[in-house]
Amino acid sequence: MSCEIDIAGLVKRFGGNTVLNGIDLCLKPGERVAVIGPSGTGKSTLLRCLNFLDPPDEGRITIGDLSVDAARAGKADMLALRRRTGFVFQNYALFANKTARDNIMEGLTTVRNWPKPKAEERAREILQQIGLGDRGDSYPSALSGGQQQRVGIGRAMALDAELMLFDEPTSALDPEWVGEVLDLIRRIADGRQTMLIVTHEMQFAREIADRIVFMEGGRIVEQGPPAQIFGNARDERTRAFLRRVG
Amino acid sequence: MRPLDIAYMWELVPVIAGYIPLTLFMAVIAMVAALVLAALLAIVRVLKIPVLDRVVAVFISFFRGTPLLVQLFLFYYGLPQMLSFLTSIDGVTAAIFGLTMHFSAYMAESIRGAILGVDRSQWEAAQSIGMTQGQLLRRIVLPQAARTAAPTLMNYFIDMIKSTSLAFTLGVTEMMGAAQKEAAGSFLYLEAFLVVALFYWAIVELLSVGQRRMELHLGKAVAR
Ligand SMILES: Nc1ncnc2c1ncn2[C@@H]1O[C@H](COP(=O)(O)OP(=O)(O)OP(=O)(O)O)[C@@H](O)[C@H]1O
Ligand SMILES: [Mg+2]
Repeated sequence: MSCEIDIAGLVKRFGGNTVLNGIDLCLKPGERVAVIGPSGTGKSTLLRCLNFLDPPDEGRITIGDLSVDAARAGKADMLALRRRTGFVFQNYALFANKTARDNIMEGLTTVRNWPKPKAEERAREILQQIGLGDRGDSYPSALSGGQQQRVGIGRAMALDAELMLFDEPTSALDPEWVGEVLDLIRRIADGRQTMLIVTHEMQFAREIADRIVFMEGGRIVEQGPPAQIFGNARDERTRAFLRRVG
Repeated sequence: MRPLDIAYMWELVPVIAGYIPLTLFMAVIAMVAALVLAALLAIVRVLKIPVLDRVVAVFISFFRGTPLLVQLFLFYYGLPQMLSFLTSIDGVTAAIFGLTMHFSAYMAESIRGAILGVDRSQWEAAQSIGMTQGQLLRRIVLPQAARTAAPTLMNYFIDMIKSTSLAFTLGVTEMMGAAQKEAAGSFLYLEAFLVVALFYWAIVELLSVGQRRMELHLGKAVAR
């Protein structure tokens, strides 16, 4: 099968510091890829480049029929890419002045110009799916960490994006809320949503991912099916990392 | 020592009261204009829009760095000498203009602070769902910044009302101007200025009550 998402030669520099040093990655439709690696390796930066939160310096990003050359990307390319990629933030980043429902609807009404009743209907469905059917009117400050992150995921789901990006979605959570958020992501993965998820939850990555990508120093060192990476990694750096995280 | 001429003060009450509308008119118009201008200035500064950012920085520095009275004189007596089309401008318009410029400079700084107080990750979240800069400012950032800045902006409004008294130096007969005229006729300066002072005090106290109510209300909304 061909790539639905094709990332080619992605480079990102911060000042003189090259944080992504030529990333190539191909995701087939419905493929779920987990990115692991040491801290400061560029995992977040990779996700942020795909969403243009940090505009990449070089390389090409292709999502379906949209292809963007990083060096030449304009505002329209950036917005088009963002509409095809849903981003879930480590710290939820919910809009504090909007209810759970409005957080989910915002992209539909403001960005996609959906009529309000249609967006409300969709938000209702999503609230059901994330298990917050009765909390639509709550403001983020009244929700637990786990509930907030589920709304964050719901907001990204509403985009119906070809690619969902999760940047350590459970790292900021109290342990008691990790389970419910992982459960939700697992259900989304079961729906064969194409996704790229950065996580420190190795067990979870092994369970849901079709493929594990190990990054270090701004490069992809090794990738393969979970059984191979976790059971029989070829590269010494991968093995060293996996020993460290246990 | 002579006693206060209470009867004369009572006579002045309706006279001065008759000028409350003009005072409030100048303050309200200047406040609305200053709010709009200040929001624009703050946005230019926060987004660091090239060139404009420098211009705005100088604008803010100038209007915060010079006395309001000097600014009013510059606008009303000074500028028309260079720009002849300004000669026909009346004192009320010049006062509103000067108050707008002066207070927008201060208010821009507090709005800027309030904007920067909105968690950066909310900007990114708004961008990530494809919102344009204008949309995310209007729908996410400014509503939250407005809440933070509201108490400070209310203080500026109170300050604005008191500052309208300077309009009398441009020949405008507002509350202060009226008191001045009365005093010049009766020579009872103490009584006239005391009455006008009490009027300002009463207006400001009324507004302060409103301000406390508003803060309580906002506090509740945030704590929800
Ligand atoms: N906005 C920025 N400006 C300058 N340097 C940055 C910026 N963002 C990230 N970096 C640098 O890029 C490198 C990679 O950061 P990144 O956040 O992508 O790492 P990571 O793999 O996600 O790490 P972690 O596991 O700790 O989240 C780090 O050295 C970081 O200091
Ligand atoms: Mg990271």
